[in-house]
Amino acid sequence: MADYSAEGKTPEVLFWVGCAGSFDARAQKVTKAFAKILTASGVDFAILGNEESCTGDPARRAGNEFVFQMTALQNIEMLNMYKVKDIVTACPHCFNTLKNEYPALGGEYNVIHHTQYMNDLLKEGRLTIEGGEFKGKKITYHDSCYLGRVNGIYEAPRELIAALDGELVEMKRCKTNGLCCGAGGAQMFKENEPGDKRINIERTEEILKTGASIVAANCPFCITMLSDGMKAKEKQDDVMVHDLSELIVQAKGL
Amino acid sequence: MSIGQIIFTLVVVVAFSIAAKNYKKVYRNINLGKDEDISGDEGQRWKNLFLIAFGQKKMFKRWIPAVLHLSIYVAFLFTQIELIEIFIDGFFGVHRFFAPYLGGLYTLIIGSIEVLSFLALIATFIFLVRRNLLKIPRLVKPEMGGWPTIDANLILFGEIALVTGIFMMNGADVVLQQLDPAHYPSSGFLPISSINGPLLFGDLGLNTLQLIERTGWWLHLFTVLLFINYLPVSKHLHIFLAFPNIWYSKINSRGEMENMPDIMNEVKSMMGLIPEQEMDPNADFPEFGAKDIFDLSWKNIMDAYSCTECGRCTDVCPANITGKKLSPRKVMMDIRDRATEIGNNLDTGARKFISEEGRAANEPLTVDNYYDGKSLFDYITREEIHACTTCNACVEACPVTINPLEPILKMRRYEVLTESAGPSDWLPMFTSIENGGAVWQVPDDRDQWAKEMNEEGN
Repeated sequence: MADYSAEGKTPEVLFWVGCAGSFDARAQKVTKAFAKILTASGVDFAILGNEESCTGDPARRAGNEFVFQMTALQNIEMLNMYKVKDIVTACPHCFNTLKNEYPALGGEYNVIHHTQYMNDLLKEGRLTIEGGEFKGKKITYHDSCYLGRVNGIYEAPRELIAALDGELVEMKRCKTNGLCCGAGGAQMFKENEPGDKRINIERTEEILKTGASIVAANCPFCITMLSDGMKAKEKQDDVMVHDLSELIVQAKGL
Repeated sequence: MSIGQIIFTLVVVVAFSIAAKNYKKVYRNINLGKDEDISGDEGQRWKNLFLIAFGQKKMFKRWIPAVLHLSIYVAFLFTQIELIEIFIDGFFGVHRFFAPYLGGLYTLIIGSIEVLSFLALIATFIFLVRRNLLKIPRLVKPEMGGWPTIDANLILFGEIALVTGIFMMNGADVVLQQLDPAHYPSSGFLPISSINGPLLFGDLGLNTLQLIERTGWWLHLFTVLLFINYLPVSKHLHIFLAFPNIWYSKINSRGEMENMPDIMNEVKSMMGLIPEQEMDPNADFPEFGAKDIFDLSWKNIMDAYSCTECGRCTDVCPANITGKKLSPRKVMMDIRDRATEIGNNLDTGARKFISEEGRAANEPLTVDNYYDGKSLFDYITREEIHACTTCNACVEACPVTINPLEPILKMRRYEVLTESAGPSDWLPMFTSIENGGAVWQVPDDRDQWAKEMNEEGN
């Protein structure tokens, strides 16, 4: 972003990578996949690099408003300095915080989740997906809480699966009734409270019931949780947990 | 004025006076919470009121209980017409006041009430079976032990009494209309009582019939008056509170946690974005988040009093499903019980509930100097609030738009901001964000992946 600014140019969109997308080895693959799709679709995008900080979602939901305000206000200062208007992110938690919580702090942006963005590119004809790779393959889709129930986005990701020619098999708990992966509300960063079972195991069992060989997800934390669940069930070689961007990259052979 | 009229008037006046006192207590208890301005978006609020409150839209996520509940609800609404007549008859000492004026319409109204009452009766029996014999999981969770289950069953028995009253009085009336048409105006053909009446009471004499008719009439009226008094101490209060509760429910996105302007401005002044805040050196360290009822919003408490303990929230809670202690329903029940406890203590005016400072200053007991050494944390454990994934499933599930997530997060804020407590696992995350701008402490650059991609030749 700094380079664009120095040259006096404005990118089409800012790709907000997020902590997971930047540092988590598994989520980095998603970041790369989405970057490839943007490039392949001819989207002129920028990233913030080290100027990006955590949006503050886990701190706020853990109750630490001070830490949230500190990181959020810094981000807003910087985004406003660069006069950023459009942001795309592959993390529904970043998406929700940037979209719904930053306005009250003075940060108003047009924020879009990467599944919506890819679907828009597809509709505009900038992104093409040739079927074949996933034809006839059973794909189930895991609604993340912050994309689905919290922000009401259920269709864009499903339209992408349709474009992939995959056979979408829904879980019993989907869309508004989707079951959490267990990571939200800063649970990702702490041990579970005592109980009978981990939430990701409950969800993994539901996935296995569908008989799907691929789980399409839209959130780096869900991917971690569900991959761990597959490992616990020793199904990591039979059922693949992927972000939608990775499936598109696979289909396009990028 | 006949003796009947006098007794009727007395009973009604006494019943309503006691009830009014208890409704005022609920109103007062709701207002123990903080002021919060909830206004605007009237268009959306009307829509919610019609679709979610009157239309019961969110009930229909589960068809079986939705249809059963709808039967009782519609019967309840319709029977109000008959209740108006009962009140007119009682006050003025007349019998079936509307019958001669409305004619065929009267037959239609009373006939519909009969059909609906019959459906409600069936629904009531099925509800009893679901709760007590089938033991539907969400109806028998730990927080439902003791009073909540008795409460639920009492309401269902009340329903049976109401409907029994109607069929006794209508059934006997149909027979009396033949024997004494001068005093018993014709109600026309009633779908249930015109068959049931002659069948059950056909051979009885005038006096017995009158006795049955009056018993039914008084049974119905008495149960209604009992209900009116019972509601403010029961989960059944939802039949009234559902409407304002849905009207005042949050219109803005679920994704936005309530901003804390005090902290925002503090941080802004630290960052030099706004002038330094004048600090009062004598001011107490401010408390953030919610420790007790007084720190919640009035809407959180109205939510609690609107809860009818159906458990749809708990049934979809990922933490509860996997055996954790958290139950959103219990959180709401606890808030209600704590508000009621404080309200009742305030009513005693006892000195033991006055804070030390208040006692020293010889103040009478008020909301401001209330202190009983307890807090919401004595009802809701930390383990419960720590288990929440903020997934919003409970918020989505509630048929009367209660938000159990908001108080949970307010309690987390109290724990972390005011007590500097909370799960120790979270501390590294807080520190990393504060010092390194990321949720994990990582030495790499944020754009390491981009550098790798460049190296890979993309």
